[in-house]
Amino acid sequence: MENRESRLDGNAIGGLLAEIFAVEMTSAEGTCAGCGSVHPIGRVEVYVNAPGVVVRCPSCQQVLIRIVKGSGRAWLDLSGTRCLEFAVAD
Amino acid sequence: MVELVTETPSVMTLVLSATGWKGHRPGQHIDVRLTAEDGYQAQRSYSIASAPQAGRLAITVERLDDGEVSPYLAGELVAGDRLEFRGPIGGYFVWDGTDGDRPVLLVGGGSGVVPLMSMIRHRSTIGATTSMRLLYSARTLEDVIFRDEIEQVAKDGVAVYQTLTRTQPPGWTGYGRRIDRAMLEEVAWPVRDAPLALVCGPTSFVEVAAEILVGVGHDPRSVKTERFGATGG
Repeated sequence: MENRESRLDGNAIGGLLAEIFAVEMTSAEGTCAGCGSVHPIGRVEVYVNAPGVVVRCPSCQQVLIRIVKGSGRAWLDLSGTRCLEFAVAD
Repeated sequence: MVELVTETPSVMTLVLSATGWKGHRPGQHIDVRLTAEDGYQAQRSYSIASAPQAGRLAITVERLDDGEVSPYLAGELVAGDRLEFRGPIGGYFVWDGTDGDRPVLLVGGGSGVVPLMSMIRHRSTIGATTSMRLLYSARTLEDVIFRDEIEQVAKDGVAVYQTLTRTQPPGWTGYGRRIDRAMLEEVAWPVRDAPLALVCGPTSFVEVAAEILVGVGHDPRSVKTERFGATGG
C-alpha cells in the first residue's frame, strides 16, 4: 500500500473532476461497487503519484475511479463505482 | 497579483485581482498553473484565505524549498505579475454559515489553517453568531500564520486554542504537544451538541484528528477533512 503521506482526498481532484463533469463533484456521493459503502467524493482516498489519478474507497480500499489524461484526451474508469449521486438544478 | 503580505518567514499571502471572479465559498481552493519557457507545466492547489468577495481573492502559500510551484509563488513573484489559475473549486470542505446555529470546530495543522481562516473571516463578515472553536497546531510561535488576526478573532467570539509542537516561548499558556485525544476532548464540543468539524492539514495530522473525533463518538459525516499530503508543493 502507498505511503500514508502520499494519500490525499477527493478535494484534491475537484479541479480535475470539474473538467469532466458539469456539476461540482467533491460534494457528490459515490457508492463503492466492492463493499457498497457510500462516501462523499471529498472524503475518498486519492493518490496522484501514479501515472494517472487513483481514487480508492476509504472503507475497503477498492479502486473506485481512475483518471488518466494525455495527448488531449482523458480516460475515466468508473468500474469500481456503482453509483454517483449529485445535486442538479430542478 | 496585486499585493504580497509576509505572514511568517516561509509563508506569504498573495492578493489576486480577477476579472469576472464572482466570489467563492469558504473552504474552496484554486488550482495555480505555472508554465516554464520550454512549455513544462506544474499545477498545485491553494486554499483561499480571504472571505468571499467579488473580483478579489487571497491565497496563503507556504514555501517548500523542494517544491515546484511554491518557491516561485512565495519567493519570486512580485506585485503586478500575472498568474494563471482556475476555480473556485470544491463543495465538500466548505462552511458558509447556512446550517443555522450548529457549532463549528475548526482543526488546522500548519498551513491547514488557511481555508479555516476564510471561514472565520466569513463568519465575521456576515455577522454570524455561530459558536466556533479553532484548534491550531504549529511547530513554533514563529510558524503561526495570521498570528495577530487570530488574537483579534479570539476577542470576537471565536474560541482559540493553540498548540506549539516543537518549541514554546517562555510564559506560553497554550498546549505544547501534538494533538491527541485528551486535547481534542478538552477542545471539541461534546457529541450531544452535534458539531460540524472541519479538519485540514498534512495527511497524518488530519487522519489522527479525524480518527480521534470519530473514535469519541462524533458522526463521521460531520467530520469533514482536507488532506494537504506530506508537502503540498
